[in-house]
Amino acid sequence: MTRISIELQAPLIKRLLGFVDHLRLNGFQIGSKETRDVAKLLATSRLSSLPNARIQLKILLSGNHSEWMRFDDLFEAYWSAHGRERPSNQTKSTPQNASVNIVHGLWESHFSADQPEQDGSDDRHLPPLDGDRSEGSQGKLFASPQHYSIRTDFRKFVDPAEIAEAEQLAYRLAKAMRNRLSRRYRKSTRGSRLDFRKTLRANQCHGGEPLTLIKKRKPDRPVRIVVFLDVSGSMNTYSRFFLQFVKGLVCAWIQTDVYLFHTKLIRVTDTLRDSNAVKAMTQLSLITDGFGGGTKLGQCLDQFNRLYAKHALTSRSVILIFSDGYDTGTADHLANQLARLQRRAARLVWLNPMLGWRDYQPITAAMAAAMPHIDHFACANSIATLAAIEPELARL
Amino acid sequence: MSTSNTLKTRLRNVNYIPDDTLVMALQLSIDLQRPLLLEGEAGVGKTEIARALASVLDTRLIRLQCYEGLDANQAIYEWNYQRQLLAIKARERETVSADVIEDQIFSETYLMKRPLLEAISQPVSPVLLIDEIDRSDEEFEAYLLEILSDYQISIPELGTIQAQSIPHVVLTSNGTRELSDALRRRCLYTYVEFPSPEREMEIVLARLPNIEDQLVGQIVRFVQELRKEDLEKVPGIAETLDWAAALAGLKLTSLADDVPTLCTSLICLLKTAADQKSISQEVASRLAGKAA
Repeated sequence: MTRISIELQAPLIKRLLGFVDHLRLNGFQIGSKETRDVAKLLATSRLSSLPNARIQLKILLSGNHSEWMRFDDLFEAYWSAHGRERPSNQTKSTPQNASVNIVHGLWESHFSADQPEQDGSDDRHLPPLDGDRSEGSQGKLFASPQHYSIRTDFRKFVDPAEIAEAEQLAYRLAKAMRNRLSRRYRKSTRGSRLDFRKTLRANQCHGGEPLTLIKKRKPDRPVRIVVFLDVSGSMNTYSRFFLQFVKGLVCAWIQTDVYLFHTKLIRVTDTLRDSNAVKAMTQLSLITDGFGGGTKLGQCLDQFNRLYAKHALTSRSVILIFSDGYDTGTADHLANQLARLQRRAARLVWLNPMLGWRDYQPITAAMAAAMPHIDHFACANSIATLAAIEPELARL
Repeated sequence: MSTSNTLKTRLRNVNYIPDDTLVMALQLSIDLQRPLLLEGEAGVGKTEIARALASVLDTRLIRLQCYEGLDANQAIYEWNYQRQLLAIKARERETVSADVIEDQIFSETYLMKRPLLEAISQPVSPVLLIDEIDRSDEEFEAYLLEILSDYQISIPELGTIQAQSIPHVVLTSNGTRELSDALRRRCLYTYVEFPSPEREMEIVLARLPNIEDQLVGQIVRFVQELRKEDLEKVPGIAETLDWAAALAGLKLTSLADDVPTLCTSLICLLKTAADQKSISQEVASRLAGKAA
C-alpha cells in the first residue's frame, strides 16, 4: 500500500469533514470522537479502497438501524457528482455497484502517489468544497420543506377549557396507571429482603454487630401506554376530543406511544410531543389526510404487530384502543391480531364511545370477534365516563 | 485490508463464516479499541460472533447476560457479606486491632468479582460479551457508560481499579427497547442481517460436514423462502442447523420426496402455534418445490 504524505491527504480530510457535516445535517448524531476516529483510520491508510472505506465509515458513523439503512444513500449523494438523484431513480443498480462505478476515480485520485494533486486540476471532478454548499451541488438529501395546505383544521374545534380539563384528566389517569412493580430492589424500611451492604455500613458504629437491619423492596415503576385512536368517519365527533386527552397522556411524565388509524396506521407520538400546539395540530391535520374514510383495524394492527410491536410493547405495556368497532376488514383477521397484541402486553383496554348509548350492544361482527381478547371494555363518550375508568386502571 | 482478510480466514478456521461487513466491524473495533454494538433479528448469530472472536484471539470469553432488574451488585462486584460477618465473629476473642480486621475484610479475598470487574482485571484482553443489553434498564446502561469509556471501576472501600487490559467488548441487542444515545455513541454499530443463501450454505456445511451438498442447497433455499412468509417468529441460523441435522438423521435425500415427514420436521423451524398452523402441507410442498 502506498504511503500517503500529509499534503496529499489534506483535501481528503477536508472532504471527509464535509461528509461528517453532511451526515450531521441529515440527523446523524456524530461527536468529535467519531471525527477523530475517522482521521485515525485515514492515518493508517485503511480507507484507501472505496468499498472498504464505505463499510468502515458506515460502521463508525451510524448509530442505529435507521441510520445504518440510510447511510449508503447519503454516502453516494455526497461522494458522487450525481448526488441529488433520489434512490428511486437508481433502483436498477444496487447502491454498492453504483457508488463504486461513479466514485472510484474520484476517491482513488486522493491516494494516487504517481500524480501529485495540483490545486485545481482535480476540482472539476470534485463537487465543490464547503464554500459552495448553498448551491446544493453537493447533493445533500434535504427533506423537502413542509407543504402546508390545511385540509382538516383541528384548531377550530379547540376550546381552551376543554383542553385543560382533558389534560388534567389524562394526568390523573396517568398517575393511576404508573405504579407497577419492577424487579429492581431499592432500600426500604418495610421491605422483604435484607440489604447486606447497607446493613453493614449502618452498623459500623455498633462494631459490626448488626443491630439495625436495613431492608430493600421492589420499587414502583411506571407502565408504558400505547394508544390506538380511531380517526375514521364514524368516530368523527369523538376523535378530536380523544386526541386532546391523548396529548395529555403524551406530555405527562409517563412513556406513551400514540398511533392514529383509519385505513392506515400512523405513529404520531413525536408530533404530539411538539410543544407548539398549533404546529402539532397542523401536522396532525396533514397526517390524517384520509380522515373520514373507512376503518381497517385488523390490517392496521397487523402493521403495528409487524413493524412497531417489538419496540413499543413490553410486559408492562397497557394498550388503549379508542374505537367504535365499525370495521370494514374481516372479523377473523382482527381477532387474530388482537390476540397477538394481547399476548405481548400486560393489559388491553378498549374504550368505545358507543357503549354510552342507550340500548347499544356490541354485536357488530368486528366487536363480537374482538370481545374475547379485551381485558377491559369500557364506555368513553364524555369526560365523566373517561374518569370512571380510572379506578379500573389503578387496579392493574 | 490484509489484516481484515486474515481475520476472516481465522474466523473461518473456528467454523464461523462471517460476511465482509462484520469482519470489518470486528477489525475496526479491535484497532480502535471501541465496543461493538450488534443489532439484528434474533437468531442471526450475534452471540456466536463473540464466541468466535474469543477463540480466534485465543482468549477468555466473559459473558454478562442482561435481564430486567440487573444491577451493579450482579454485574460489577459485591462484597461477600456473610464471609465478612463470619470473619469478624471469629476474631472477637483475639486481640487484633480494628484496623487490621478492617483491612482484611475489605480485601480481594472478600470481593466477589462479577463479569464486568472480572473482565477488566484480566492480564490478557478477554472478550466481554454483554448479551441482550436492551433487556436491562436505563440505570444499568448508565453504569456501563463509565466502564466502557474509561475502563475503570470505583469501589469505595478499595479505590479505583484500572483495567489491566482493555477487553474486546461486544454488545448485542434485539431492539426490544431503544438504547440511549450516550451508549450508542460509545460503540461502533453494525446491523446484522440474515445470511445470504451462499453464506448460509457454507455455515451449514461447516457445522454439519456429513450432509450432501444437494440437500443443503435445498434446505437453505427452503429456509430463505420460509423467511419471506408472514411469520411471527422468523427462523434463525440455529434453527436451520437444527433442521438440517434432523433431516440428515431422517435420511431424507430430497425435500420434495416425502412431504409428510418434511411437515413433521418443521417443528425445528416454526416455534409458535400460529406459525405452525400457517405453514400447511400445501404451503410446505410449494416451498419445497421452489427449493428443489
